[in-house]
Amino acid sequence: MGRVVVDVMPKPEILDPQGKAVAGALPRLGFGQFASVRQGKRFELEVDGPVTEELLAAARAAGEQVLSNPVIEDVVAVYEDTQA
Amino acid sequence: MTRVGVVTFPGTLDDRDAARAVRLAGAEPVALWHGEADLKGVDGVVLPGGFSYGDYLRAGAISRFAPVMGEIVEAAGKGLPVLGICNGFQVLTEAHLLPGSMIKNDHLHFVCREQVLSVENADTAWTRDYSAGQHITVPLKNQDGQYVADEATLDELEGEGRVVFRYVGWNPNGSRRDIAGISNAAGNVVGLMPHPEHAVEAGFGPDGVNGPRTGTDGLGFFTSVLQSLVG
Repeated sequence: MGRVVVDVMPKPEILDPQGKAVAGALPRLGFGQFASVRQGKRFELEVDGPVTEELLAAARAAGEQVLSNPVIEDVVAVYEDTQA
Repeated sequence: MTRVGVVTFPGTLDDRDAARAVRLAGAEPVALWHGEADLKGVDGVVLPGGFSYGDYLRAGAISRFAPVMGEIVEAAGKGLPVLGICNGFQVLTEAHLLPGSMIKNDHLHFVCREQVLSVENADTAWTRDYSAGQHITVPLKNQDGQYVADEATLDELEGEGRVVFRYVGWNPNGSRRDIAGISNAAGNVVGLMPHPEHAVEAGFGPDGVNGPRTGTDGLGFFTSVLQSLVG
């Protein structure tokens, strides 16, 4: 059993309203150390066997074609979760 | 009689209102199911509003892969009039029939109001019963309504007259350049966030010049497409 992680983040130039709201809430709860917050998505794709290069390539393709929208988001990382 | 299809996805909310608007405009509404790759020979298609697939992944992102969408993308390329309202607009951008995308409203609140729009382009398949510069009032209700695209795309849309509607008075969601709706280059595919199908019948629409709830400014979308098809 293997697991591939795909991390998707809003593009830097796109305003991230959710991250902004979280950034506004943190200081109210005593976390004033953080200058800004951006909120993204983490996808965990499980496979039956080991994670191969082909599977990573497929996960990268799925990340670009389905899991993210290139107009507003970037796939920032695709990697095997070795803790899985 | 002209037949206009109305697509239902899991989580679509406004298909009945859209079908009613089609009927009131004088056409026959035809129910289309997301899971069937069959347009039933319709002359135009409406993708109505709602929260298809619960807006999971991204608004419209999963619906884009529905079997009916393959048929719609192909037919739209051949000139079939397609109107995407709210979630339908989001589906059209995810399907790459229209450029840009929608993200959460800048103020993070769901918004529901009667919204004034300016008709910027009265030459599309869905707007020819209006006049350029005309102001219309239709309901607006959305969570992810902030239209975004890169500057080059926005300049291209403006330069080609493809900004079809702009918000007037107040930008309700932070959309770039007050854009409420756009079209493809040919003008047969139009998408917008506000809801013309909720302003087609006196007694049930926004306030109008003749009194409360008399506004029917949205009916022109549906009569326009009839004129496009007949004329």
